Amino acid sequence: MADLPDASTCYELLARMALIRRFEEEAGRQYQRAKAGGFLHLAIGEEATIVGVTSVMREEDYLIGTYRTHGHAIARGTEPKRVMAELFGRVDGTSGGRGGSMHIFDREHRFMGGYGIVGGNLPIAAGLALASQYKGEDAVTVCMFGDGASNAGNFGETMNLAALWTLPVLFLVENNLYGMGTSVERHSAQTDLSKKAEGYGIPGERIDGMDVLAVREAVAEGIRLAREEQRPTMLEAFTYRYRGHSAADPEVYREREEVEEWQEKDPIESFARRCVEAGVLGEREVAEVRAKAEETVLAAVEFADASPEPALDTLYENLYAVSDSEAWYAVDERSPEPHRGEREARMPEAARELAEAGAAYAGQEDGPRPNPAESGDIQEGTEPEIAAEREEAED
Amino acid sequence: MATLRMREALRDAMAEEMRRDEAVFVMGEDVGVFQGAFKVTDGLLDEFGERRVRDTPISENTMVGAGVGAAIAGLRPIVELMTVNFSLLALDQIVNHAAAIPYMFNGQAQVPMVIRMPGGGGHQLGPTHSHSFEALFLQVPGLLVACPSTPADGKALLKAAIRDDNPVIFIEHESLYGRRGEVAEDGDEVLRFGEAAVRREGGDVTIVGLLKMAHVAEDAARVLAHEHNVEAEVIDPRTLRPLDLDTILASVRKTNRAVIVEEGWPHGGVGANLATLITEQAFDDLDAPVQRVTGADVHMPYSRRLEQAAIPHEEHVVKAALAALEGSI
Repeated sequence: MADLPDASTCYELLARMALIRRFEEEAGRQYQRAKAGGFLHLAIGEEATIVGVTSVMREEDYLIGTYRTHGHAIARGTEPKRVMAELFGRVDGTSGGRGGSMHIFDREHRFMGGYGIVGGNLPIAAGLALASQYKGEDAVTVCMFGDGASNAGNFGETMNLAALWTLPVLFLVENNLYGMGTSVERHSAQTDLSKKAEGYGIPGERIDGMDVLAVREAVAEGIRLAREEQRPTMLEAFTYRYRGHSAADPEVYREREEVEEWQEKDPIESFARRCVEAGVLGEREVAEVRAKAEETVLAAVEFADASPEPALDTLYENLYAVSDSEAWYAVDERSPEPHRGEREARMPEAARELAEAGAAYAGQEDGPRPNPAESGDIQEGTEPEIAAEREEAED
Repeated sequence: MATLRMREALRDAMAEEMRRDEAVFVMGEDVGVFQGAFKVTDGLLDEFGERRVRDTPISENTMVGAGVGAAIAGLRPIVELMTVNFSLLALDQIVNHAAAIPYMFNGQAQVPMVIRMPGGGGHQLGPTHSHSFEALFLQVPGLLVACPSTPADGKALLKAAIRDDNPVIFIEHESLYGRRGEVAEDGDEVLRFGEAAVRREGGDVTIVGLLKMAHVAEDAARVLAHEHNVEAEVIDPRTLRPLDLDTILASVRKTNRAVIVEEGWPHGGVGANLATLITEQAFDDLDAPVQRVTGADVHMPYSRRLEQAAIPHEEHVVKAALAALEGSI
């Protein structure tokens, strides 16, 4: 077992994990209240893996993840209120309400996204690492992805490219045992995921993703190998999400006992206990950490609630990069808008008319929005139990 | 001015931009040691070395995705896909990532990359190497789409594409690589996207043709003039997104008739889109329905005879123009 670091590091690790936990719980609650829409993938239970990784990264390093990355952004330094505002689809969200839960991005903190396509972030990670290598910078890219993504074609392609070009990247598979509702045994012929990149020349190691210190130790070494020796490696962190794949998951594929078994190894509880038992932190500090998380998250909700909905005439903003400095390569000002109607310049008006006519949910007040899981999305299931589940979770 | 082949003009564009900007680099299958499947990257490895001219494994989606990652981290990659058909293996990275990232991250990241790919029929490359997917990419918001037909445009547009901060799909035509044309030697000749070229002026019918079909349209216009006393105006849009609709509409308002020629499939094609735009915006100026000449609605056959039957030729364009003019000549 890894030694405890100094008190202030322990405090910070605990505080980050507690903040993410509390944020995710609240995100789930706000989803129940229909403040957040779409799909909501919570990382409750996976905090040690997230914080273990980010706690040993430098500011200039890149982190790239999946559609379950509220916590990753927060761990990187993104203000929780901006993530919450994104879930609410508001202008102060990390992507101004254009990305949503699955597409958090924060350039300032080098959190390079939040991607909704399983495995889609892997090649991009290789490209980030390539850019660092090309420019002679010593930034390292940490690429986190789920066990399910290890079956995607991108996985093999990216491992090959990273090894071939000796890219400064660390791959970390967050193995929470299920690709959505399909267990590792049922989705991967090789269940030791740490071995899946070995054939490409990328060694792997299995680590306890519920132990923040174990994650730190292994990731620090992986980052060192990437930074100093340009050697990509892979870590398989065993972790567990207490909640369903998304907020609309009836969880028919696993037993309640299994969830409870993992909850006993809770990364936050166990780390807090260890810190207290070792005398590194006092009960008072543990309580303080929780109180601060509570305060921050409630403020985040308040902030998100107060943030305005995006204005309809911003519908086309940032679709294209339009430069005003060199007109010759600037995009024709017409292109951000569809070629429709006599004057395309009137398009924002048309969008507003469509929205008001009910084509979008714009302009709707805080009432419950149609939830894709309930309105017949086959991916997430349409069982009536979902409604009951959601009520239950509410209680 | 110098007389260059299309492939040389494209190579010069890349070389000049690479000399100008250290952030520009090329990657793709066999672009280095092999000098490019169609020799478009001929000589680049010698001049710029392996760091900037990178042979990749056969991993289209990852190659494009690595380009996306490099682009959002400040580089300006040029990714060569060996044919447009192979771009289908990279559609996830092109559509879900390259095109979406600037918008879905609200402008926090730009994707200044060029994805070059040759397509089109005529070389008996058969059903998996010679299609025309302009319409497919045209449909995706966030992408720019270029389709040059002359060496001069190829060079000037590619340079503009490399300097642009948006992801650009740069479609080249296999049959045009060897075509010669006058090209400005001035290294800074760039062509603004969204400016069509009027290849030939005429008052009787507007013919819009892209890539190789721009030349077929010009050939047809000559036949129309010599044999039918019809003066056709020929327009090459040069870029499909942004599209210089104004030039096309101005021509249609003059001629009152339009024919659109493309090599791609008829359904949901470039012509279908353009015909709709013309109909929506210049309906009162039209004296006849917009005519389309497209590739056949089949996968490109190998047999030379069948392949030629699947590709539009000048006689098809002449026939379509005469149909548009029916009753008035």
